[in-house]
Amino acid sequence: MVTKRIIPCLDIKDGRTVKGVNFVGLRDAGDPVELADRYSKEGADELVFLDITATKDKRKTMIDMVEKVARKVNIPFTVGGGISSVEDVNALLRAGADKVSINSSAVKNPQLINDLANKFGSQCVVLAVDAKNINGEWKVFLVGGRVETELNLFDWVKEGVDRGAGEILFTSMNNDGTKDGFANDALKKLSEIVNVPIIASGGAGSVQHFVDTFKQGKSDAALAASVFHFKEIEIVDLKNTLAEEGLKVRL
Amino acid sequence: MKIVIIDYGAGNVKSVQFALERLGYKAICSNDAEVIKSADKVIFPGVGEASSAMQEIKKQELDKVIPFLKQPVLGICLGMQLMCQFSEENNTDCLGIFPVDVLKFNNDLKVPQIGWNVINNLTGPLFNDVKEDAYVYYVHSYYIPKNDDAIALTDYGLQYAGAIQKDNFYACQFHPEKSSSIGEQILKNFIEL
Repeated sequence: MVTKRIIPCLDIKDGRTVKGVNFVGLRDAGDPVELADRYSKEGADELVFLDITATKDKRKTMIDMVEKVARKVNIPFTVGGGISSVEDVNALLRAGADKVSINSSAVKNPQLINDLANKFGSQCVVLAVDAKNINGEWKVFLVGGRVETELNLFDWVKEGVDRGAGEILFTSMNNDGTKDGFANDALKKLSEIVNVPIIASGGAGSVQHFVDTFKQGKSDAALAASVFHFKEIEIVDLKNTLAEEGLKVRL
Repeated sequence: MKIVIIDYGAGNVKSVQFALERLGYKAICSNDAEVIKSADKVIFPGVGEASSAMQEIKKQELDKVIPFLKQPVLGICLGMQLMCQFSEENNTDCLGIFPVDVLKFNNDLKVPQIGWNVINNLTGPLFNDVKEDAYVYYVHSYYIPKNDDAIALTDYGLQYAGAIQKDNFYACQFHPEKSSSIGEQILKNFIEL
């Protein structure tokens, strides 16, 4: 059977990694290509690049970066951020990205999910959802968590999968940045209501949190940024522990 | 050595080209019948949906080229599926190089299968220096059942063909270009056939 996946996430602004990368031994910690190569050699199963560039005219920089990563790195990677059309996705896939993740643009125009799945196949369409538990109800947020919607997390994910999303990247805003662990109850429920892989995001602080999200949260993959960037968790140690816990990983 | 990657508009030609570059081989991407026919090695990649990919192949008249190639050909992922007889994905008639049908994974499983899984029962030169139960990267919703042409098997709910071979035609369901050093070894083996 397929293994659990460990996915470092790199935030990219104007073609450079941002949000604190503190890597010993890198010539330039801001260079996404160098960091991606490092992670792939350390045993990352996949990578996610999130473009947080505000302006549209900087997209060309992202395409160039994607091509440089694809040249260097021999594991799959997903690109997200600012994707709102079939043309955007075509350019990224042609540059060498394996998958794309869509978030706000899918809420504003759900038909985009169908269009992308029909054109490129469900396997490359990751629906990213940011949600917050407010008085017991999980509400979907947009624009990096700044805009609240009326959408319920579970209804929206179900609709997204029905429309053709091949994978769900769920970030719990309650957990994100806390280092208190992933939102395992919600993750488990997502795994029960849809039949596509679920990537857990938000809250990673310790190796045990990864064990918990795979066991209790039934997650298929776990994504994290700072614990990897600041070397608080070494991927190889993490995967060894997961294996000792009886979870299937690629070592 | 002339390596041609068939570029019919289906996705990840560059990933394959870059993987070959890392191995020190230059490859050209083309949909030109004469260029493809003159190659020493042909790679037939693909991601996406079977019926629209077949439509493109027919439009570019590559269905009159690919099945008749005499040099080693390597189909990857959707490329492999299109080399079979028929795909359950939108009931698509394919190229018919391998006499087997492509089926949809059972819904008890998470579909697509996305991630790293092992290959075993490895047979033939494509897997020189690759150990049994090596990890490779898969992303797919449809599969080719275990059959006489299988040269690698994988388990996902059931045992299916991870790779197949018939005469000069080789094909793998996983993505060697994304399967770390194992995948690079498999690509190298193909180029050195």
